[in-house]
Amino acid sequence: MEKKAPDSRRNILRANLTAYGFLAPAGILVIIFFLIPVLLIIYLSMTNLATTNFTTNVSQMEFVGLENYAILLRDQFAGKIFFNTVFYVLVTLAIFNVSLALIVSLLTMHIPRRAGFAFRAIWILPRITTATVYIMLWRRLAVEAPYGIINQFNTLLNQPTYNYLDARPWEFVIMANGFIGVSFGMIIFTSAIESIPKDLMNASLVDGSTIMQRIRFIIMPLLRWPLLFVVTYQTLSLLTSFEQILLLTNGGPGLYDTEVWSLTAYHRALSNYFGNAQWGYGSAFAVVLVIIGVVLAVIYMRVFRFNELVAEPKIEVL
Amino acid sequence: MQVTIENLTKKFGDVIGAENLSLDIKDGEFVAFLGPSGCGKTTTLLMLAGIYKPTSGTIRFGDTVVNRLSPRERNIGMVFQSYALYPHMTVYKNIGYPLKLKNMQKKEIDERVNAVANTMGIGDLLDRRPGQLSGGQQQRVALGRALVKEPDILLFDEPLSNLDARLRLTMRGEIKHLQHDLGITSIYVTHDQIEAMTMADRIAVMSGGHLQAFDTPEALYDRPKTLFVAGFVGNPPMNFINVEVSASNGHFVATNGNMSLDLSKERGEKPATAGNSVVMGIRPEDIQIAPDGTVPAEVFVVEPLGRENLVDVRIDGESILLLADTKADHKRGDSVKLKFNMNKAQFFDSKTGKSLLWA
Repeated sequence: MEKKAPDSRRNILRANLTAYGFLAPAGILVIIFFLIPVLLIIYLSMTNLATTNFTTNVSQMEFVGLENYAILLRDQFAGKIFFNTVFYVLVTLAIFNVSLALIVSLLTMHIPRRAGFAFRAIWILPRITTATVYIMLWRRLAVEAPYGIINQFNTLLNQPTYNYLDARPWEFVIMANGFIGVSFGMIIFTSAIESIPKDLMNASLVDGSTIMQRIRFIIMPLLRWPLLFVVTYQTLSLLTSFEQILLLTNGGPGLYDTEVWSLTAYHRALSNYFGNAQWGYGSAFAVVLVIIGVVLAVIYMRVFRFNELVAEPKIEVL
Repeated sequence: MQVTIENLTKKFGDVIGAENLSLDIKDGEFVAFLGPSGCGKTTTLLMLAGIYKPTSGTIRFGDTVVNRLSPRERNIGMVFQSYALYPHMTVYKNIGYPLKLKNMQKKEIDERVNAVANTMGIGDLLDRRPGQLSGGQQQRVALGRALVKEPDILLFDEPLSNLDARLRLTMRGEIKHLQHDLGITSIYVTHDQIEAMTMADRIAVMSGGHLQAFDTPEALYDRPKTLFVAGFVGNPPMNFINVEVSASNGHFVATNGNMSLDLSKERGEKPATAGNSVVMGIRPEDIQIAPDGTVPAEVFVVEPLGRENLVDVRIDGESILLLADTKADHKRGDSVKLKFNMNKAQFFDSKTGKSLLWA
């Protein structure tokens, strides 16, 4: 039988076309919903588009180069907002999205199956509850007496009452976001623990481990990849999330007390005081966030050797 | 370590895993739990390991009731079908893991791991990870890990099922040899009756969560007490034929249609009292194709096994398996005459499934 030349141009072209065909649906979505908006926003960030000189005609927008970035660097609040963001992301990630998620999945995997399932279902509620409704619950918990639930207990116990959103804004911002974040890690960790072969779990007990030793020596090392994944994914997701903070404290109670970077981008561009929306300046904030996100993603992929963690394709390439 | 199981029952909700098991395992004995999947053999093994808690009944190791002891308090070693090696640890760490959990000194761990690895012939693999080993090597590591803490009891859960046929044969011999040398009481779960027959001192045959028989391989083969045991032990399996056993003037005959087979007094006396609800069992090697045979039959299929041929013949449409010499060269459709070695025939009550000879 005559063998086809493996490197004939037609064959390569055909193979590539097939590959691009399969990539197309995802590729088109990425282009429409990520790449084009990013390019638009990069352009917007180099204009001074605001309410006062509003236009939808791109050619009439006033190009100002990197001036918005220069203003941003001189912005006396940019530093505070930046460190707010770092604090918010790290603390939420460390306490809730990783640690609590891990604890919840480990605990619910060591109790009877149905009970574990029920508890995990409860933990998913914050995520599937609409942000506005969910934040209403937190506000109701935190507000001043006589409406605030915590304060009702304070009153009962003859303790002074507070508006907790004023007194402890960060605690509530982090808890409100953290309780949503737990479910993601919980689902990932639970399925990872569940996929550890039963024999392996039994072998450790027979070898003489306690339940705690089994968690430490067997389960945790085998959760390395899901842990890395959750850290990576949740850092990026926390960096860009702001709707809960917007609804809970709107960056307050004082000047930029709980303002994070993505919320600033929103405030500048779409919801400035006195109805003066600065689309150009807000876009500069957004572009900085995109750059930080992309840089972090690249670092994560390098440090965690993402390529090695991706499984070999199961489909034979013909 | 002597192991005593009394009235052991395990239920998962309404599902019975094992029911009312009682058996004594002597110190140093090699016992196989044999049965088809779902018969409760692994459930029983996991109760011995301490993974499952019994619903009722008692398990004794020596004189100690271990029902409530956790696996780590039982000093057992276990080998799994999947090997269950920890994928993130090297071979050295895998074998050393039980010792590390005992807070043993590094130096002593080192000595014992090396000693066991050398016994198992895997001394040069200590730096590898399980993923870099062949199935046979993995099984040796698993065995080494089970042995390193010098357990009182060794538990095997179908350890050879994932190996290829040739390696299975080698490992079978090695495990038997090792167990004999070390004298550790061993319990070996398998669905493969050849494994059970070749390795075990005694075999506990299980089915449907119940113990069917507990005896030496020879006894199970020659004097099966139930229809299930007779059918499960032996390969190719025993043939079963419905017969009527009758006695006249001290002569005993088993009849089925036109077939009539003479029996000795020892074989025929008891079945004759059971009337017409008798199942006769006869092993393939106890039937010959011979010119002076009395039962006419037709060759249906001939399966060459190399050393001999497995021949499926039909008597009035009923399938009978027998082993024949390869030289005889039987062909599909041949008419042949069968000779039954009736001194090896088994008889069972068709209703209770109990043996009429060895009750």
